[in-house]
Amino acid sequence: MFNFKVDDILQTINMIKMHHLDIRTVTLSLSLRDCISTDINETAEKVYNKITKYAKNLSSYAQQVEDEYSIPIVNKRIAVTPISIIGESAKNPDYVLLAKTLDKAAHEVKVDFIGGFGALVEKGCTKGDDLLIEAIPEALAQTERVCSSVNVGSTKAGINMKAVLRMGQTVKRAAELTATQDGIGAAKLVVFCNVPSDNPFMAGAFHGYGEPECALNIGVSGPGVVRAALCQLPKDADFGVVANKIKSIAYKITSTGELVGRDLAKRLDIPFGVIDLSLAPTPAQGDSVANILEAMGLERTGAHGTTAALALLNDAVKKGGTMATSYVGGLSGAFIPVSEDAGMIEAVEKGALHLDKLEAMTCVCSVGIDMVAIPGDTPAHTISGIIADEMAIGMINKKTTAVRVIPVPNKGVGDYAVYGGLLGEAPIMPVNQFDNSVFINRSGRIPAPIHSLNN
Amino acid sequence: MKDSKIIVTIFGADKIGIVSAIAQVMERFEVNIEDISQTTMQDYFVMFMMCDIGKANAAFQDIKNGILEEAEKLKMEVWVQKKEIFDKMHSI
Repeated sequence: MFNFKVDDILQTINMIKMHHLDIRTVTLSLSLRDCISTDINETAEKVYNKITKYAKNLSSYAQQVEDEYSIPIVNKRIAVTPISIIGESAKNPDYVLLAKTLDKAAHEVKVDFIGGFGALVEKGCTKGDDLLIEAIPEALAQTERVCSSVNVGSTKAGINMKAVLRMGQTVKRAAELTATQDGIGAAKLVVFCNVPSDNPFMAGAFHGYGEPECALNIGVSGPGVVRAALCQLPKDADFGVVANKIKSIAYKITSTGELVGRDLAKRLDIPFGVIDLSLAPTPAQGDSVANILEAMGLERTGAHGTTAALALLNDAVKKGGTMATSYVGGLSGAFIPVSEDAGMIEAVEKGALHLDKLEAMTCVCSVGIDMVAIPGDTPAHTISGIIADEMAIGMINKKTTAVRVIPVPNKGVGDYAVYGGLLGEAPIMPVNQFDNSVFINRSGRIPAPIHSLNN
Repeated sequence: MKDSKIIVTIFGADKIGIVSAIAQVMERFEVNIEDISQTTMQDYFVMFMMCDIGKANAAFQDIKNGILEEAEKLKMEVWVQKKEIFDKMHSI
């Protein structure tokens, strides 16, 4: 009697080979709080030594695990304590130096990105937060692998509109300083509301204050697998059937992530942290969240019904995923980055998907306005307005939202921003041309919302 | 031991000597073949082997490389995976 089911084996291989099932990221989350010093050069040395010590085997062990299960581990990454704290005690602060140190360490241990060059400023900025935000454009221009995130709002604190104003200017400057690469600096910078402290995905990964000394967090993926499963359903299958199909696939994807994560954490001799139940697309054909929505019966993503389809998808992924693992965290939901999703790009090109619809979609999925290229001449206060709207959605709905837009220097609507790799390419989308500067310049905080009278 | 089980899946055009060639690699590494199943799918030959590498004379990676080399000579596609991935993915 056979001790294994050949159909299971063939399905697994098919999911990996044909439908791009992969482990999207294994992210070593590491505290740098013990690296703080009154001399910035000493801090930098401690930071470099700690990262290279803890992460020295991350890439090679991940490769071993990948070989043993034959499932690709696409990215190996590191998330660290928000750097605003790490540099704050120095008498000679230099945040660009710390960014360069992170970059050097990332190269040394062969990880693709290192996240945490950021600050949490939803109520206000400390001196270190101020200096870090000031340094972001230069830091992103002078490094290759460093990612930056700033949390400017939360459901408990409200929205720090002064920070929103500054982040609009910071995004613009980050793009300008990397103009020869279509403003890639802004592609490594994300502004959050209700940021999770254990997110393994970039550009928003960092090691939160309540986290242990270190942990391994896993980001799974597999939009192509979900799409393929939905395509096999009859066109008149009802929504209960659709949701169940997504749940069963999400279970399979997540249990694989749990296996790989626990195995790798054991080899690295560090605690296993969380699995982020996300559907993260790549530019590869078929590995698209937009194509899943279209497989449910929409001609193009952006058609009326898109938000409902995404809500169903997002919820079913969470329900299936939580059955497969006890520890869920991070962003956990479907990502809708335009440049990284061939289906999204096509929807924009066909005129089906606009910025306003993307904003509506972020009300029901995990992230926000993500990897959206906008004209280079977009004023900073307009970018701040995009950020403010997205933060408001997160604050009121008690969820994470984020903005990663790229005002592509010297390019306008009809042009493309081209980054290659996982960041892909993006058609530049128009923004609303009406002025918001009086609103954005008011400063202060939008107060935290009331938690009753919900309507 | 549970984690010493591997599944070898081989796809390709059917020809004489596939089972024998792969079995010889297993013998060289002292890998115990516990179960074999084979089928055809869309004119392709597909063979599944469940093996135990717990008492093998080499590490997983060396065994996998040996099987991959042999499969290349046979012009077959081969997947060598720890069995746990199938157990986890397909059972609740």
